[in-house]
Amino acid sequence: MSELRFDGVAVRFGTGGRALTAVDGVDLTIPSGQVVGLVGESGSGKSTLARAAVGLTEPSSGQILLDGVPLRYRAGERRPLQMVFQDPYSSLDPRMTVGDSIAEAVPRSAHLLGVGRRRGAGREDAGREGIGRQVVDRRREVGRLLELVGLDAERALAYPGALSGGQRQRVAIARALAGQPDVLIADEITSALDVSIQGTVLNLVRSLQRELRLSMLFISHNLAVVRYVSDIIAVMYLGRIVEVGPAQQLLNDPQHPYTKELLAAAPRRGTTSLQPPDPTVADAEPADPHHPPVGCRFHPRCPIGPLVRTDREHCLTIDPTAEADRRLHRTACHHAAGAPQTAMAPHTRRTFP
Amino acid sequence: MRARWIAVLRTPVGAGAGVLLFAVLLLALLAPLLWSHQASAIDTEHLLEGSSAKHWLGTDNLGRDIFYRVLVASRTSILLALVATLIAVVMGLALGCAPVLLGRRAGRLTTAVVNIAVAFPGLLLALFFAVVFGVGAKGAVLAIGFAGAPSFARLTQTLVAGVAERDFVAAARIAGVGRFRMLLRHILPNIAEPLVVNATIGAGGALLAFAGLSFLGLGVQPPVYDWGRLMGESLNGIYVHPAAALAPGVAVVIAGLAFNLFGEAVAKGFGVPAMIGPRLRERSAETMPAATDDDEAVLVVKDLYVSFPGPITPVRGISFTIGKGEIVGVVGESGSGKSLTALAVAQLIEPPGQVRAAELSFLGAPLLGRLAVRSTAAARRRLLGTSFAMVFQDPMTSFNPTKRIGTQLAEGAREHQGLNRRQAMARAIDRLRAVRVPAAGRRARQYPHEFSGGMRQRAMIGMGLMGAPALIVADEPTTALDVTVQRQVLRLLETIRTEDDVAILLISHDITVVAQVCDRVLVMYAGRIVEDLPASELATGARHPYTRALLAAVPDLDTPLEEPLAVIAGRPVDPAAMPSGCAFAARCEFAEDRCRSEDPSLVSHGPDHQVACWNPQGTAAWQARYLGSESIRTGQL
Repeated sequence: MSELRFDGVAVRFGTGGRALTAVDGVDLTIPSGQVVGLVGESGSGKSTLARAAVGLTEPSSGQILLDGVPLRYRAGERRPLQMVFQDPYSSLDPRMTVGDSIAEAVPRSAHLLGVGRRRGAGREDAGREGIGRQVVDRRREVGRLLELVGLDAERALAYPGALSGGQRQRVAIARALAGQPDVLIADEITSALDVSIQGTVLNLVRSLQRELRLSMLFISHNLAVVRYVSDIIAVMYLGRIVEVGPAQQLLNDPQHPYTKELLAAAPRRGTTSLQPPDPTVADAEPADPHHPPVGCRFHPRCPIGPLVRTDREHCLTIDPTAEADRRLHRTACHHAAGAPQTAMAPHTRRTFP
Repeated sequence: MRARWIAVLRTPVGAGAGVLLFAVLLLALLAPLLWSHQASAIDTEHLLEGSSAKHWLGTDNLGRDIFYRVLVASRTSILLALVATLIAVVMGLALGCAPVLLGRRAGRLTTAVVNIAVAFPGLLLALFFAVVFGVGAKGAVLAIGFAGAPSFARLTQTLVAGVAERDFVAAARIAGVGRFRMLLRHILPNIAEPLVVNATIGAGGALLAFAGLSFLGLGVQPPVYDWGRLMGESLNGIYVHPAAALAPGVAVVIAGLAFNLFGEAVAKGFGVPAMIGPRLRERSAETMPAATDDDEAVLVVKDLYVSFPGPITPVRGISFTIGKGEIVGVVGESGSGKSLTALAVAQLIEPPGQVRAAELSFLGAPLLGRLAVRSTAAARRRLLGTSFAMVFQDPMTSFNPTKRIGTQLAEGAREHQGLNRRQAMARAIDRLRAVRVPAAGRRARQYPHEFSGGMRQRAMIGMGLMGAPALIVADEPTTALDVTVQRQVLRLLETIRTEDDVAILLISHDITVVAQVCDRVLVMYAGRIVEDLPASELATGARHPYTRALLAAVPDLDTPLEEPLAVIAGRPVDPAAMPSGCAFAARCEFAEDRCRSEDPSLVSHGPDHQVACWNPQGTAAWQARYLGSESIRTGQL
């Protein structure tokens, strides 16, 4: 598996007064074989970042590197990144059987690559065989993938209309794996599913990730879900990563007030009442991404910011992102703790706190 | 696919048009083979004659029989129209699909070209091309084909754009599918139906246009003839022998109708799914007691059924009562009937859906049943209008996008409370302030799109507060919102309850949301309430295996990381095939023979706690049996 690195990635839509910077200078590394969970509210740019990674959107600046090599996409080529979409009802072609949808993503020389070889015995010599053999191999590969995601191989002949939401999402995962990705991107894959089905999909994702040692970017607005699958958690707010760190550490010792707010809003076992936050910012409206606030982007909603504590006027003018590397969890907040002195060498600091 | 075509042919219009079209095409095929001799036979003794026994429709200036000529001309007319349609379709498809194949910049150029071409009237374009390509059949075919292409291209472009932004196309791109393959495998199959329909209708138009061109002398030239030319030739004698001029006209009309009607029938068949089953007439509900004995009750529901023709009954006999200032949550998976329950309470089930209940009363007034006196109907409407509020899931679609928020809030108050415009607006601003919309006065003059999702949901709740509501029914009010905003909205509902003593019925699929704000929780499965318990007992005292499984299935911040998440095996019950026993039995690990044969009813288990289960968990009997075994099956893949 491989390491995916976002290096100062920005994505802008539109021009002039209606321009929108959906992703604004994101540095993020998905280390090989690990899961990075990305949380944030809708409109924070999570999905845009994912679409930029798989080449559906062009970054306007910055680079996306796979094992240190910038990604380049051309139509009709195998892509080293695969993505699972949010809505399993629109991500499968209703006019194609499940098997055809998966087979389409299987690379031409599937049996010679990665996953296929490891699991299929005696296929090493298949490369020399004719096309008929390839078709058979492809069908076998589809069956293998369906079984890998917990569906019967016979389901290959079914149309998506005959499957439930959870089953469709399994098919979508099988299709993403068919492309033998170096990095898998999961964009809100459980938010369209019922809670009873969400569990099976999350279990599947976790066991597949462990079995295949996938590098993965797991996007969700639900912190509890992200916590369950991720090694590293990154928090995004208005196009920027405001805090990133090892999952358990970040949840136990959150630095950014927005992370704290997300934690407070997430369900905990046995909570039966809503904890009231500071009344001054309790009903603040999410910021308009067309006109992001100057200074710290979170200041109009911040319970420890200038609206609550009048001495903190620097939040209104100074952007905390610039100094983020010096703080614990690379937090974009002036009031976060400093990074421990035993911090890593400068060249790794950008990629990991 | 095939079933839909057959369904189209089963409708009266579809069958009629199908037969007509088949007859017209058969005539076009056979007429020249059978009658071309009669049609070209020159009879110099009967020039320009009217209808007679020998020549039904008379003869032309060379004494040829017009009836046979009209029949034989059908092949030329229809063939040329079809060729022209083919040209239009092929060119339209090529132009319409070009943006997919050529990439963004060249695609934009083709779109612009098509947009300009669409602006020219079709017939004008056809005349223009007819002059360019020269007078004659070939020129006319090309002219009509090219003239028809822009509109077809435009249609294709729109359809392609609609499909191209769907996720499966993005997924195919990521999978490395090339542009051409993408077009053939993913895009064209998904837009084929509307294109086929429009091509059929287009053929009718081409037929008419061709007749027009030939009539003007720009179409087919002698000695070839089609209906348009026959019409043109007979026009001079129209006052003497009207039949000779009218016959080819009638032929054009019949053939054009065949194509157009068939296209319309197919369009109708593919556009709107046919309703299954007979339409049921709404019956008045069973007689209901006029009022309840419980004065504190805001809403009383007894034995509520919601059914649809099929017949399926998604809500099967549920009963509950909501007291003043109480927040009651309803949870369940999709398809459990929770939203239909909310809609039934709000009187929003549309026919053919049918609501039945032993009692359904709001503030002591019955909601179901036909009312004899008109004034009571109006009173009921006013009662619902002022004391009852509904908040829907999607705040994006529950406001009219063309009207200002303040105006929309004021509308109800003017209708039900008789306020004038200024008073109503003042009340609207006051209510927006009450739901904590910042700068309420300014925001009341804004349009819905200027509100964020959370603010729009607040405004929706504010709309419910325009009267003095006794009950707010909120159907998944926070599902479309972010977690932090969700908390704000829930807190707002809680505050309204405390301040104004409003009862709230909160429907949600998320048991954690319900646990956070509700006093009482109703757990629904397959159209029944399976457990009714105080929210405070949810975490520790749930008895029904389904409630427990639901609680365990939702990961929270304390879920152990090393174990797989608990899952509920199996699928929800199909409402069309309800099992005879407990609906949850097939997915329940504690199910016994009795569960599969007998349906348990709600039984009291302590104060304010009811469970419908033969095998409630956590009881003394249960502990004796299952001590040591896991209460909830931790799912494997």
